[in-house]
Amino acid sequence: MNIPAQPMATSSVSVGSGESRVSKAKDKVKMNAQDVKVFYGDAQAINGIDLDIYENEVLAFIGPSGCGKSTFLRCLNRMNDTIDICRVEGKITLDQNDIYAPDRDVVLLRAQVGIVFQKPNPFPKSIYENIAYGPRLHGLARRKAELDDIVESSLRRAGLWEEVKDRLDQPGTGLSGGQQQRLCIARTVAVSPDIILMDEPCSALDPIATAKVEQLIDELSESYTIVMVTHNMQQAARVADRTAFFHMGDLVEVDTTDQIFTNPQDQRTHDYITGRFG
Amino acid sequence: MSISIEQRRQHRLMTIEKSLAKRHRKENAFRRMGLLAVVTGMTLVAILFISILMRGVPAFWQATFYMDVYFDPEVVQLEPKPERESGESQFAFNERYSQWLTRAGLVNWQTLIDNALEEALGEEVEPRQLRDLRALVTSGERYALRDRFVEDPSLLGQTVELKMLASANVDVWIKGNIDRDLPDARQQLSAQTRTWADQLEEQGVIRNAFSTSLFLNTDSRSSLASAGLAGAFMGSLFMMVVVIGLSVPLGVSSAIYLEEFAPKNRLTDLIEININNLAAVPSIVFGLLGASIFIGYLRLPLSAPLVGGLVLTLMTLPTIIIATRASLRSIPPSIRQAALGIGASRVQTVFHHVLPLALPGILTGSILGVAQALGETAPLLLIGMNAFVANVPGTPLDQSTALPVQIYLWQGNELRNFFEARTSAAIIVLLGLMLSLNALAIWLRKKFETRW
Repeated sequence: MNIPAQPMATSSVSVGSGESRVSKAKDKVKMNAQDVKVFYGDAQAINGIDLDIYENEVLAFIGPSGCGKSTFLRCLNRMNDTIDICRVEGKITLDQNDIYAPDRDVVLLRAQVGIVFQKPNPFPKSIYENIAYGPRLHGLARRKAELDDIVESSLRRAGLWEEVKDRLDQPGTGLSGGQQQRLCIARTVAVSPDIILMDEPCSALDPIATAKVEQLIDELSESYTIVMVTHNMQQAARVADRTAFFHMGDLVEVDTTDQIFTNPQDQRTHDYITGRFG
Repeated sequence: MSISIEQRRQHRLMTIEKSLAKRHRKENAFRRMGLLAVVTGMTLVAILFISILMRGVPAFWQATFYMDVYFDPEVVQLEPKPERESGESQFAFNERYSQWLTRAGLVNWQTLIDNALEEALGEEVEPRQLRDLRALVTSGERYALRDRFVEDPSLLGQTVELKMLASANVDVWIKGNIDRDLPDARQQLSAQTRTWADQLEEQGVIRNAFSTSLFLNTDSRSSLASAGLAGAFMGSLFMMVVVIGLSVPLGVSSAIYLEEFAPKNRLTDLIEININNLAAVPSIVFGLLGASIFIGYLRLPLSAPLVGGLVLTLMTLPTIIIATRASLRSIPPSIRQAALGIGASRVQTVFHHVLPLALPGILTGSILGVAQALGETAPLLLIGMNAFVANVPGTPLDQSTALPVQIYLWQGNELRNFFEARTSAAIIVLLGLMLSLNALAIWLRKKFETRW
C-alpha cells in the first residue's frame, strides 16, 4: 500500500495490484521506438516519440482523446499501413530488427505482434473457426488434433473454455460483449504472438466483463508483453507495470505506474491525473 | 414573479401544442402522398400485367387440325429409303441418299393434306376451290409431313392421325379476333374458306390446342401460324452466357481491385467517375460502339449472339462494378482489421472474410445487371440482330435474333390481329425468364446471407 491516494481522481479500486506489479523485474528491451512521427496527410499526429517496451511487462498508454496513443499503438504492428493517407517516420525495432525495413514481412510481424481492438470484432463464423483461423493461416497446426489443442488452450487462456466448450460450432457473434472480447483475445493468443497490443479493450464492456478481461491481462502478462491503450486511469493503475502519458502527439512521461500516479514529473501529467483536463 | 413563470410555462406549452398540430398535419400529408404513390405504381403495374396476360395467354393455344392423313402410294411415288450396302463407300451412299431426299422433296405433299381435308369435309373439292382449301392449313405443314415421312418411310400406305396447325387467318377467324360482319372484300379469308373453317370446328376437326410451335419453331414469314421463339430464345441464351461469362468475373474483380487494393489518387478517382458515367450512357450508344469496333474493326459476324453478348457486357459492366463496390463497402471495417491483425495478408483478408460476406450483394447486383441486359433491345438493333433468321443458332457465331428483338419484330408485323397476341405471348415468356432470374437473385441472397 505504498501508493498515496491523494493525486488519484478516484483511487480506492486502483491500489490493490499496484504493488505486486512493481515487484516483477523487467529489463530486457523487446521493442524500441526512436523519434517516431506519424502524419495523416499533412497533419502531424505524433511528434517524435522515443520509447522502450520491456519483455513481459504490461505497459499502459493514457492521455486525453486525440493525443495519439492509439495511433502510436497501431504503429507497433503496422496496422496504420492500411490507412492510405497515414505516413510513419522514425524507427521501431522488435528484437533489434527494424519493423519498417523494406524487406520486413508485415504478415510475420503481425503474427508476432497481435492486436485486440476496442470493439469486439469476432468473425461471423463459429467460435471454433474464429480461433482456428489464425493457426491455420500460418500453418501452425498440421493435423486436426493439433488444431483442436490450440483452440482449447487458447480458449482456456482467455478464460472462455468452460463457457463455450459445448457450443464451439455456434457463431462467435452470438456471445455476449464480454465473451466476444475474450474470444478476440483467444483468437490473438492462438497465433502465439510475443506481444499483444490492446486498443481500449474494455471500453465497450460492462464492469463485470471489464474485471474479467483485466484479470485475463494479468494472467497473460506471465508469458506475453502487453501494451494497452486505456481511457480509464484506474484500469491503468490496476493492471499496468508502467504507464505512459501522451498529450497532443507527445509522449510526456513514462515511468512505473506508481511513479506516474504518485509523483508525476511533468505538470501536464499531474493536471491530467488529478482531473484538470481530459 | 412566480405567476409570470407559470404563465410563461403555459404559453410555452401552448406554442408547442400549436406547432404539434401543424407537424401532425404535415406528417399525415406526407404519409398520404407516399401511399398514393405506391398505389399508383401498383395500379399501373397491375394494368400492364393484366393487359399483357389477357392478350398473350390465348396465344399459347392455337387452332389446330386433328386429321387422318393417308400416305397415298400414288401420290408418294418414291423408292424405298436407301440403306448403306456392304462395300459401298460413305461418299457413294451420301450421294444416293441426297438424291433420294431431293426426290422426296419433289413429292406433292400438299395433295395429301388436300385429300385429308376433303375426307374431313365429306365433299369433293373442285379444282377452282383448291385455293380456298389450301388457305385452311398453314403452309409449313407440308414440309412437316415430308420430314415425318423421311424419318419413318414405313408410313407409306398407312393412315395416321396428325396434328396440323391452322393458318394464321383461320386462327384469327375462329378466335373471333376479326369482325365476322365485315364485308367479303375486307375479310382475310374467302367466304368458302370461312364456311369450311366453321364447319370443321363444329365437327371437332379444328380444336384449340396448346401451341408447341411457339416454343419449338423459329420465326417464319411464309407459314405465320408456326412462327415461334426457339431461335430468339437460343440467341438470348447464348448472349446471356457471354454476358455472365465476361461481365461478372471482369466486373467483380475490377470492383474488388478498385475497392480493396487500388491506391486512392487522382487516377482512381477519374476511373471511378468514368464508371459512374458509363452506367448512365444510353444503351443505344453501346450498340454504335459495338457496330464500329466489333463488326467494323474486328470483323466479327453480323447478327451474332457473340457480338450482342459483348455489347451487353460493356453495358452491364458498370452496373456490376457499382453494385459490387457498394456491397464491399458495406462490410464493416472491423472485419478487415480483425483479419489483418491476426496476420492475414490483404488478399487473404478479402477472399477469406470480406468477399464471402459481400457475396449476397454481389450476386444480387450481378443478376439484376444480367436481367437488364436480357431485356435490352436498342443496342442489338445496331449490330444486325433484328434480321429475320429462320434457323436456331447452334453456336454464338451463328446469325440469330433475341427475345426482346423478336418482340419488337412481331409487334411490327402487318398481320396485326394474329401477331398482337403472339407478341404478348413472347412478352410473357421474356417476363417469366426475368422473374425467374430475379427469384434466383432473392434465393441466393437469402442463402448466403450472414448476420454479424
